[in-house]
Amino acid sequence: MQKKSIDFWVGIFVLLGAASLLFLALKAGNMSSLSFEQTYDVTTKFDNIGGLKPNAAVKSAGVVVGRVSSITFDDRSFQATVTLKMEKRYKFPKDSSAKILTAGLLGEQYIGLEAGGDVKNLAAGDKITMTQSAVVLENLISQFLFSKAAEGKEEQK
Amino acid sequence: MIANLISRLGQATRETVISLGHASRSFVSIVINAPSLWRRPQLIADQVHFIGNYSLVIIAISGLFVGFVLGYQGYYTLNRYGSEEALGLLVALSLVRELGPVVTALLFAGRAGTSLTAEIGLMKAGEQLAAMEMMAVNPLQRVVAPRFIAGVIALPILTLIFNAMGIIGGYLVGVSLIGVDSGSFWSQMQAGVDIWNDLGNGVIKSIVFGFAATFVALYQGYEATPTPEGVARATTRTVVISSLLVLWLDFLLTAWMFQ
Repeated sequence: MQKKSIDFWVGIFVLLGAASLLFLALKAGNMSSLSFEQTYDVTTKFDNIGGLKPNAAVKSAGVVVGRVSSITFDDRSFQATVTLKMEKRYKFPKDSSAKILTAGLLGEQYIGLEAGGDVKNLAAGDKITMTQSAVVLENLISQFLFSKAAEGKEEQK
Repeated sequence: MIANLISRLGQATRETVISLGHASRSFVSIVINAPSLWRRPQLIADQVHFIGNYSLVIIAISGLFVGFVLGYQGYYTLNRYGSEEALGLLVALSLVRELGPVVTALLFAGRAGTSLTAEIGLMKAGEQLAAMEMMAVNPLQRVVAPRFIAGVIALPILTLIFNAMGIIGGYLVGVSLIGVDSGSFWSQMQAGVDIWNDLGNGVIKSIVFGFAATFVALYQGYEATPTPEGVARATTRTVVISSLLVLWLDFLLTAWMFQ
């Protein structure tokens, strides 16, 4: 009887642990984002990736369709080579275009994919040629300042 | 004078190396003795009950309060940047990655580690371990190994419970008391917490801490001087050494996992 009740409480203890794990996995972490799905790699080149990081989302129409798997620098074209891991169930036309976008004003950066009109789909190892770099805030500000300065000069004349 | 100092340094080094070697040998012999216990799971279950269930209340309540405090402090800091929606993410990440495993291991060293050291130290002082050896029962296998396995099993479970309670605590303060939007609390958390990189690494940490804290407690008890003062000193050493070891291991693991 004594042994039985100890076993019961140990069982409760382990069950509580399992319940916590389940809670953490489902409620705190997003279990559904954990995909064991097959992926295919697509490469893109950007002039400037801004603050893009590996594992950033690739979104199309706001839906996550893949992740950035690696970012390297190509010293022949002096561009950043970004490899995207796309989920296999989503097909995109060959002439789709990729942009680096920012979630909110100071949020994290992700890649926005816009479908093109080609009849052929992107396959593993393909390259997306039409890309648009990240908007770098400093460049925007300096452009704005220069244009303001130029305006000021014209008014003085 | 100088020769004296140098020889003292030499002696200290030699003793450190000897005790490290001795500890490693004990560790290996405990681990070797452990598998044979699967034939007698009742021994392990008793110890899980003793180590795990009795620590449950202190772990759960500490987790809840750590969550409360994180909710408050996180809110005040994030509020300055107008991003209090990220409160859920802050609470969950700091708990799952660092605070959960470390605080649980420290509490575990204080709550369960000391009682293990005292128990085994008193067994040794009462010559129960020697009596077992006389009866051809290996005390490492019969007494030490079940407690070791139980500690390694119990600490990760306690850590998970601590994390879950902490997140509930953060939710209670952040959402119910302060009024952060409940939807963004959970959705930011879910977007930012990765199952493998955050949750998985936290569990790995707690398993490593389980090995370290339980082993230190058992080793100190087993090697204690078999007198009342010896056991008292060994119990103190258990807390000091296992706390420092946990913090040091945490630094190493964090540097390795989140580079």
